[in-house]
Amino acid sequence: MAQPFEPQRGANFPRANALARSPGRISRFRRSFIMPASLSFRLKLAALMAACLTAATPAFAEPALSKSDNAWMLTASALVLLMTIPGLALFYGGLVRSKNMLSVLIQVFYTVCIVCLIWAFYGYSLTFTGGSPYIGGLSKAFMMGITPEALAGTFTPNVQISELVYFCFQMTFAAITPALIVGAFAERMKFAAVALFIPLWVTFVYFPIAHMVWYWAGPDAITEAAKAVAAAGPDAKAAAQANLDAVLADGGRIYLWGALDFAGGTVVHINAGLAGLIGALMVGARTGYRRELMAPHALTLSMVGAALLWVGWFGFNAGSSLEANGTAALAMANTFLATAAAALSWMFIEWLTRGHPSLLGIISGAVAGLVAVTPASGFAGPMGSIVLGLVAGGVCLLFCTVVKNSLGYDDSLDAFGVHCIGGIIGALGTGILVNPALGGTGVMDYVAGKVADYDAVAQMIAQAKGVALTLAWCGIGSTIIYKVVDLTVGLRVKVETEREGLDLTNHTERAYNF
Amino acid sequence: MKIVTAIIKPFKLEEVRDALTALGVQGLTVTEVKGYGRQKGHTEIYRGAEYAVNFIPKLKIEVAVPSSQVEIVIDAILSTAKTGHIGDGKIFVTNLERAIRIRTGEVDGSAL
Repeated sequence: MAQPFEPQRGANFPRANALARSPGRISRFRRSFIMPASLSFRLKLAALMAACLTAATPAFAEPALSKSDNAWMLTASALVLLMTIPGLALFYGGLVRSKNMLSVLIQVFYTVCIVCLIWAFYGYSLTFTGGSPYIGGLSKAFMMGITPEALAGTFTPNVQISELVYFCFQMTFAAITPALIVGAFAERMKFAAVALFIPLWVTFVYFPIAHMVWYWAGPDAITEAAKAVAAAGPDAKAAAQANLDAVLADGGRIYLWGALDFAGGTVVHINAGLAGLIGALMVGARTGYRRELMAPHALTLSMVGAALLWVGWFGFNAGSSLEANGTAALAMANTFLATAAAALSWMFIEWLTRGHPSLLGIISGAVAGLVAVTPASGFAGPMGSIVLGLVAGGVCLLFCTVVKNSLGYDDSLDAFGVHCIGGIIGALGTGILVNPALGGTGVMDYVAGKVADYDAVAQMIAQAKGVALTLAWCGIGSTIIYKVVDLTVGLRVKVETEREGLDLTNHTERAYNF
Repeated sequence: MKIVTAIIKPFKLEEVRDALTALGVQGLTVTEVKGYGRQKGHTEIYRGAEYAVNFIPKLKIEVAVPSSQVEIVIDAILSTAKTGHIGDGKIFVTNLERAIRIRTGEVDGSAL
């Protein structure tokens, strides 16, 4: 088993003092230069190490498990599960009428369970192995080769975590994304339809988009290939360069465009939000929509759910750094600040325009802020994140109220208005806020080993192309899948069933027996 | 014997109960009800979706009393349940033909 060698850990230690910022879970850039002050420290450390190591030791480049990073990623994976169950389940559950409470809870819980298994069977392999820029291969289907000894790269060359923990961390993302969709068609979708829709949707929509955004060769492959080019003699130069080009081209479509998505603004939120809107349109509005009282049955539970989402989101965003480093800390700070800003933005705008601040408003704003900061969390500076949150709170409020009411679609719990719109604001905002001049981290060029020059136009075009491809793929794919489900098991319950409530009719149980 | 039925604001229950107990009223039945009168209900807003809530939660209290006590019971409810604002509720008085205490079989006056 590849256990970390003490000298190796020592060699890595100065990195803790470095301004290390990693942009995306699977994104190509990383800033990792050593501050001058730490240089002498590093030399001293090297001398100390040499003294300790009289015996022969393995080469430093030998991949080794970083236990500290592994520990953090184990924790982060569990936190992301907490977001979905019970966080998202309660947030959504509290917003529906009491006769449909259990239907929402079981739909979310089912989604988590079925996606976990699919992830193990072929999801992880399709997402995180090479193949085409649009979808991976099946070389790791049924978790082939993912043993306790297997290692996965991070954003720092030669810093590795267990592939099993990387598998689990990414699994929780695959699980929460389709669960978000449930909010859009809540209260009238057949459970059988949900049961069929979720596996199809993750297979044909989520895995390809996650692959397109997050799959890349990794920092180790790129730095190795770049070193080989530098070391190659004149005659071997061309071959080494060709190899480097091949490594750099080994990535997903959106990643290769240079689009930044730290923790899943496009993959998770735009994707789920749009699939939700399409579902809401195709399944039709709830019976009695806009005529009958459809007030949330338990905003207390929604508040508990929203708060759990916020807590779990630290695993989502800070965990996306894949290391327990400064980038993770930046993502955490941004996840605090953008969320608070968006919550207040929504609440105060509502107060000013409607006359009253509402609990549902402040928690909805918090979720909108969490969504918007997701792609930006490891790139934007804290002040940039606050601005992003303020904008997201206001724009999402506009979409969940004015726009939804004027268009008349019934997105029951505002999956589109919060997740898709918040995700787009975040994706485009990331392109602006990553600018070092605005306090952002800039983007790292692994080949050059330094932060690349920021080019606003190129970055925004890359971001916009990423958003557009996600919308197009998700839009077309989701429409087809809903249609298939409608033709096979049928999307919608009967009107009488809907009147009686899904809990009793679909599940023969009741949420509250007083 | 009469039944005095009063629809009151929920937060007025304790005051009304205290006043009736002071009069020697032995029992009281309370039901949570919803309804509307001249107080038109209120508006609830959830993410911009406005709902006119026409049925407002109230409490219905029912007291069975000897005919001789009806006026003082009405006065007691009037003085304690009143806020002076719209939505204070109503009092209805109906005839009561018989009353029987289940435990002992006592009837009418001695059953109240």
